[in-house]
Amino acid sequence: MVYLFPEEVLEHVFSFITSDKDRNVVSLVCKSWYETERWCRKRVFVGNCYAVSPSIMIRRFPEVRSVELKGKPHFADFNLVPEGWGGYACPWIAEMSRAYPWLEEIRLKRMVITDESLELISTSFKNFKVLVLSSCEGFSTDGLAAIAANCRNLRELDLRESEVMDLSGHWLSHFRDTSTSLESLNMACLGSEVSFSALERLVARSPNLKTLKLNRAVPLEKLSTLLRQAPQLAELGTGTYSSGLRSDVFSGLSKAFLGCKELKGLSGFWDVDPSYLPAFYSACSRLTSLNLSYATIRSHDITKVICQCPNLQRLWVLDHIEDTGLNALALSCKNLQELRVFPSDPYVADANVTLTEQGLVSVSEGCPKLQSVLYFCRQMSNSALISIAKNRPNLTCFRLCIIEPRAPDYTTREPLDVGFGAIVKHCKELKRLSLSGLLTDRVFEYIGARGKNIEMLSIAFAGNSDLGLHYVLSGCESLRKLEIRDCPFGDKALLANVAKLATMRSLWMSSCAVSFGACKLLSRKMPMLNVEVIDENGSLDSRLDSCPVEKLYIYRTVAGPRSDMPDYVWTMDQDSAKTIS
Amino acid sequence: MESGYSRVDEEIHPQLLDLIPKERNWFVKRDDDHNIEGRSRSRHGNGDEKKLELRLGPPGVEDWSLSDTPKSYKSPAKASANVPNTSQKRSAPAPVVGWPPIRSFRKNIASSSSKQAPPSDSQNVVVPDNVAKKEKTMETCQKGFFVKINMNGVPIGRKVDLNAYDSYEKLSTAVDELFRGLLAAQKDTSGNQEQEKAITGLLDGCGEYTLVYEDNEGDRMLVGDVPWHMFVSTVKRLRVIKTSEISNICLGSKQVKIRH
Repeated sequence: MVYLFPEEVLEHVFSFITSDKDRNVVSLVCKSWYETERWCRKRVFVGNCYAVSPSIMIRRFPEVRSVELKGKPHFADFNLVPEGWGGYACPWIAEMSRAYPWLEEIRLKRMVITDESLELISTSFKNFKVLVLSSCEGFSTDGLAAIAANCRNLRELDLRESEVMDLSGHWLSHFRDTSTSLESLNMACLGSEVSFSALERLVARSPNLKTLKLNRAVPLEKLSTLLRQAPQLAELGTGTYSSGLRSDVFSGLSKAFLGCKELKGLSGFWDVDPSYLPAFYSACSRLTSLNLSYATIRSHDITKVICQCPNLQRLWVLDHIEDTGLNALALSCKNLQELRVFPSDPYVADANVTLTEQGLVSVSEGCPKLQSVLYFCRQMSNSALISIAKNRPNLTCFRLCIIEPRAPDYTTREPLDVGFGAIVKHCKELKRLSLSGLLTDRVFEYIGARGKNIEMLSIAFAGNSDLGLHYVLSGCESLRKLEIRDCPFGDKALLANVAKLATMRSLWMSSCAVSFGACKLLSRKMPMLNVEVIDENGSLDSRLDSCPVEKLYIYRTVAGPRSDMPDYVWTMDQDSAKTIS
Repeated sequence: MESGYSRVDEEIHPQLLDLIPKERNWFVKRDDDHNIEGRSRSRHGNGDEKKLELRLGPPGVEDWSLSDTPKSYKSPAKASANVPNTSQKRSAPAPVVGWPPIRSFRKNIASSSSKQAPPSDSQNVVVPDNVAKKEKTMETCQKGFFVKINMNGVPIGRKVDLNAYDSYEKLSTAVDELFRGLLAAQKDTSGNQEQEKAITGLLDGCGEYTLVYEDNEGDRMLVGDVPWHMFVSTVKRLRVIKTSEISNICLGSKQVKIRH
C-alpha cells in the first residue's frame, strides 16, 4: 500500500528510474507520488525551449542537477530558419543561475548563447561539470575562456558543430593548472589554433580524459605527442591528417596508436593523406565508431581501413566509398548499426563517384544489425527500396536523400511511393523517416496506415494535395515532429487535424500552401499552440487572408506566445476576430 | 484509427470530398505496378471512402496555386505533363535554399581538399621510407595555404601560398618577385621605364623593407624568429613595411629585439 511507504523510501525507489518518460508516468500516479517525484527529479529534458518557461520548470523541479534544452527547429540546420529567429538560452541561464546553485550539467542544442551567459554559468554553479553546446551559436572563444578558467570540476566541454566566434586559440590556456577532472573535450568545430603546449599540459594532467576531439588546426606531427600523454583515450578526433614529407611522423604516429589500447572511436581526418592511414591500423580491430566524413580519400583506401574493423558499429563516410566500398562494408562489418553516407559534391548534377542504390542494398543485405541509415545518392528505385525493407525490418531510422528533388525511380520513371511504402510496411519499429524523390499522395497513404511508430517525419518536394498531409496527421499515432518544405499542402488538411497538433512537439511547413487566414483560424481554435508565421518579405498586416505564408512553425506550449521574436515572425493572435475570407 | 478527423468544432469539419479539388484532371494509370504491395485502403471509416480512389497522374499536372514559389525547385520533370523520359544526366540544377539538406560545414569538402584524385593503387604501401620518396606530389593531399600579403605603398595586395615554401629565404625571394614590378610601377610617375630594384634584406633589418606578419592572436610580429613550420601554423597575413617605420608599429609581446 502506497500510504505505508515513507517519502524517503519512495524517493529511493524513484532514484532508479532515470528515463524521462518513466518519470513522467510515475508523477501521474497520485498526488503524493507527484510531489515526491518532483522533489527528487535530477534531470530535465525540454525538447522545445518555448514549450515551457524557465520559471515553470524551476517551480516544479527544485532540485535539478542536469538540464537539456533544444531551441530552433531542425530545418535551421539547412538555413531555412532566418537569423535572429530565437532560441535564446539567456533567460534560462539567468533563472537557473538563481534557482539551481548546484546545477552540474547543461546541454543545449540549436540555441543561441552569449559569452555573458557562459560567464554566468562559470560563476554561478560551483559544481558545474558538463557543458554540451550542439549546433549552437552566439558566443565566442572568450566565453569558453571563462568556462575553462572558472569551472574547477569541469568534466566535459563539447562544442559539437557549434558556430563559435573564433577570436583566438588562447581560451584553452585558461584551464587552471590544478584542474585535472577533464574527461571529454570536443573542440573540433573551432578554427583557431590553440597553444599546443597548453593543450599538451592539459591532456597530461587529465588522467580521466576519455574523449578528445581536436580541431583541424592541430597538425599531424603533434598528434603522437598527445596520444602518448593519453593512452587511455577511448575516442579521438584528429586534426589535419597530413603532413610534409616526414617519415618520422609516420613512425611516431604508429607507435602512439599502438599504445592506445582503449581506442574505440576515431573521427576528424581533415585533409587526409592516405599514406598516413596505416598508422592507426593497429586500432582498427577495436574500433566501434569511425567518422571519415571529411576524408576525401578514394574507395580503395576507405575499403582497406574498413576491412580491418570487424567490430564497427557506426560508420560516417563520404560517397567516395562508392558501391564497391559499401560491398566491402557489408562483408566485413557484421556488427554495423548505423551508416551515414554524405555527398562530397552535392551541388553538381553528376558526381564522379559510383555510389548508387546498390551500395545501400548490399549493406542492408550484409549487415543484420543495421538500424539507422542516412544516405545521400543520386538514383533510387522502388525495387531497391523494397529489397532494403525486406532485408532490414529492424530499421529504426531511415533517411534517404536523393539529391535531385522529385527524382523518380530511375529504372521505371515511376514515383517512389511503393518503395517507401515497403519501408513503412516492413520496418515496424521505424521511428524516424525522411523522404525524397518523386512522391505522390499515395506514399502518405501508406505512411499514415503503417507508420504507427514514426516519431519524426521529414518531407520535401512531395505529394499532390492536402490529402497527403491529411493521411499523415490522421494516421501517424506516434508523430511528434513533422517538418515539411515545398509541398502542395494547404489549409484543409491542417484545419481538419487541429487536435493532432496538440499531441505533437512541433510542425514546420515552408513553401507550402497554407494561407494566412488558416493560421489565424488555427490559432484561435487551439490556444495551447503557438502558431508562428515567418515572413521576411514584409508586414503581414497588409496581407489578405488568402495569401500563403512563407514559413509556418506550430508548436504546443504552456508558456503562451513568446516575446523575443524578430520583426519577421508573428505569433497569430488568439484573440483575433478575423475569420478566413 | 477509425476517424480521420480530429474534430474540435463542427465548424471545421470539412467533408472528405473537399480534400480532392474538383478541378483536378486525374489521369488513369495502368494498374499492374500498383499491386506490388496491394492497395491499403484508407481507414477513414467513412462511406465516402470510395471517392478516395486515387487514379494517380504524374504530379506535374496540378498547379499549386502558390503565389510565391521562387524557391521551389523547378525540375525539368515537373514542367511537362508527362513524366519525361530524360536520361539520368541533367544539367546542374538551379540552387535551392537548404537543399540538399546538409550542414554548412559539410559543404565544399570536395573543393577544400584538392580536386585531383590521388593516383590509385600504387602509393599505398605501408613503408614509412617511401613516404619521403613518393613521386606523388603533395598537392594531392595538402590544400594550398594562401595568405594575403600587402606592401606599403602598393595599393594592390597579393596572395602567397606558404605551402609552396619551406624556408624564410624562399619566402623572401617570392615576396621580392611578387612586388618588385608593382613597386617599380608605383614609383614611376613620369612614365620612364625605371629599372626594377630587387627587394632584399626583408628578414635581417638591413634592407629598405622588412617582412612582418599578423599571427592568430592578432599580434604583429617580425618574420623570422620562430621555426618555419611554427610560423606557418600561426600566420594569418603578411605585410611588407618600410624598415624605418618599425618603431611606429605596435609589436607583439614575443619580440625582444627592435631593429632600427
